[in-house]
Amino acid sequence: MTVTDGRTGSAGTTGTGGPTPTTRLAASDLTLGYADTAVVHGLDLEVPHGQVTVIVGANACGKSTLLRGMARLLRPASGAVLLDGEAIHRLPSKQVARTLGLLPQNPVAPEGVTVADLVARGRHPHHGTFGRWTSADDDAVAEALTLTDTLGLADRVVDELSGGQRQRVWIAMALAQGTDLLLLDEPTTYLDVAHQVEMLDLLSELNARRGTTIVMVLHDLNLSARYADHLVALHAGRVVAEGTPREVVTEELVRTVFGLENRVIDDPVSHTPMVVPVGRHQPRLRRRSGAQPSAPQPPTDQHPAPLQETR
Amino acid sequence: MSLTVHRPVTASPAPGRAADAADARVVVRRARRAPRRHLLRLVGVLVVVLVGAFAARVLLGDYTVTIPDFVRILGGEQIPGATYIVMESKLPRAVLAVLAGLAFGIGGAIFQTTLRNPLASPDIVGVSLGASAAAVSAITLAGWSGWPVSAAAVAGALGVALAVRGVAGDHGGFRLVLAGIGLAAAMQSVIQYVFTRVDEWDVQLVLRWLTGSVNGVAWPSIGLLALSLAVLLPATAWAARSLPATELGDDTAAGLGVGRGRTDVLMLLGVLLVAVGVAAAGPIAFVAFLSGPIARALNRGRTTLLAAGLVGAVIVLVGDHVGAYAFADLNLPVGVVTGAFGAPFLLWLLARGHTGRRVA
Repeated sequence: MTVTDGRTGSAGTTGTGGPTPTTRLAASDLTLGYADTAVVHGLDLEVPHGQVTVIVGANACGKSTLLRGMARLLRPASGAVLLDGEAIHRLPSKQVARTLGLLPQNPVAPEGVTVADLVARGRHPHHGTFGRWTSADDDAVAEALTLTDTLGLADRVVDELSGGQRQRVWIAMALAQGTDLLLLDEPTTYLDVAHQVEMLDLLSELNARRGTTIVMVLHDLNLSARYADHLVALHAGRVVAEGTPREVVTEELVRTVFGLENRVIDDPVSHTPMVVPVGRHQPRLRRRSGAQPSAPQPPTDQHPAPLQETR
Repeated sequence: MSLTVHRPVTASPAPGRAADAADARVVVRRARRAPRRHLLRLVGVLVVVLVGAFAARVLLGDYTVTIPDFVRILGGEQIPGATYIVMESKLPRAVLAVLAGLAFGIGGAIFQTTLRNPLASPDIVGVSLGASAAAVSAITLAGWSGWPVSAAAVAGALGVALAVRGVAGDHGGFRLVLAGIGLAAAMQSVIQYVFTRVDEWDVQLVLRWLTGSVNGVAWPSIGLLALSLAVLLPATAWAARSLPATELGDDTAAGLGVGRGRTDVLMLLGVLLVAVGVAAAGPIAFVAFLSGPIARALNRGRTTLLAAGLVGAVIVLVGDHVGAYAFADLNLPVGVVTGAFGAPFLLWLLARGHTGRRVA
């Protein structure tokens, strides 16, 4: 890790240091939904500043909706999203965009657009009615490309890049926006496991180096536990648990939120909690002594115990 | 994998970092300059082609006008025969072709870009025909002329655009195209119905309002179109500044502080451009549909409204020239020619599968 940024992105917000993290982004009694079906119900959430917050939950639990609401893509049915204490929907959108960045799920690059051009579009909120491109914009783009290791791709066409490269370019665009807060909706979808880890490493480096507050929705509970400072578990549009991964990821919680029998063990690499699912289908027990294939297993529903032997 | 930056091994960290930052800035500047230079060259070439096509349209033909004669005619001199041909036929046709082509080209490209679907162009989804149906009704049934006709065309275009949007929602997928094609057919039958209600009508007039023509349009109509474009084109240039953001999709654009309102303003300008073009020249077939993709292909796949407008102007000029002189005893309206070229292009586009299947 050799990049150290002399000019920290935002003054006085670096690091995850303080014992009581302040909050710049919060949801207050927030209800989000379409017509009369609320997806998020009266939710309160305070995003700890300068930390990585990960929102987890089962499919259709409202986690993407919550993120979209916090990024003001959805107007709250009731309650509010507060940015620095003010309702985000009442603030001028360009002003919000200079503080709060968003990377949606599966963004699509326009045809034929080059990496440098796409990343440069992240500077849009910094240009006024007659604002011109300045060398400060060049610097911001160059820095974003350098941080995401995509400078070498600057004149390539985005469509032609691999999935992992493309995702890094999108992150570069969000970085060029130069916001103190960055929301990401499943930044690792469609990436293989190596690229998922690479992406999350990149994001936690950004958090450590620039002090960018990161809020993201992730599917993978184990990676979430590994990369989150603050983990929020959502179930049926409500927060059921939040705190450090160790506080949140328990067998009981995973059972409630995902409806999954599981064991939680210690991640041998990061020493964060790691969920091992217990499915209904058990692998056949191979006896070291006997070569003969084992007889069909009795229904295992009543016997989750054999798993312990296979671990 | 980790984040690494290549730097000279010997340099001490601080100067190395400064050099890296400077290098990076140079890389960014160079990478950003290349597409803009290409676009600038493309626009230059298109302007030259446009001027050439304009000169050919005005000067050449059955009766060749020399450039000195043309200048003298513009100066007000009466040259027997030539003055009439240039001032009453060739020049108005050429000027109208350029203006209408610009309006359709830019209007079409706005539709295709904001709806992210090359099929969602105003001439395919019924907006042009809506403007035409309203204009022809205003002229033949209400006996209007001048700017009220343009106003009727705008109302018709807006009506169809809102109806299509109401049926299909905000997205430019197949639903929108299908709803639009249905409405286009309905508008066509309105136009045909209107013609059955009037006593006197001729083929040229029917063709003008069904497929578009720049024949025999009086100078005042052309002036009205020029005036409308003098307002609409700068407004479009202003509104299109948010296009780099809105092109990224609603969510990403919102993240950059650009709301749906900006897209709606741009779409409205697109509808207005098409409507004023139709009020003067009729719904010239497929110009709005063809210009955007051709300009895009010439610009390495990138969106460009300006080049789309220039391509549109060239298409109408050349189409009108071909229609006027390709068949010895036939003066085909330009819409017939562009329609004949547009249909194969539509099939090609469908065959390439480039019709709105992209995830928006």
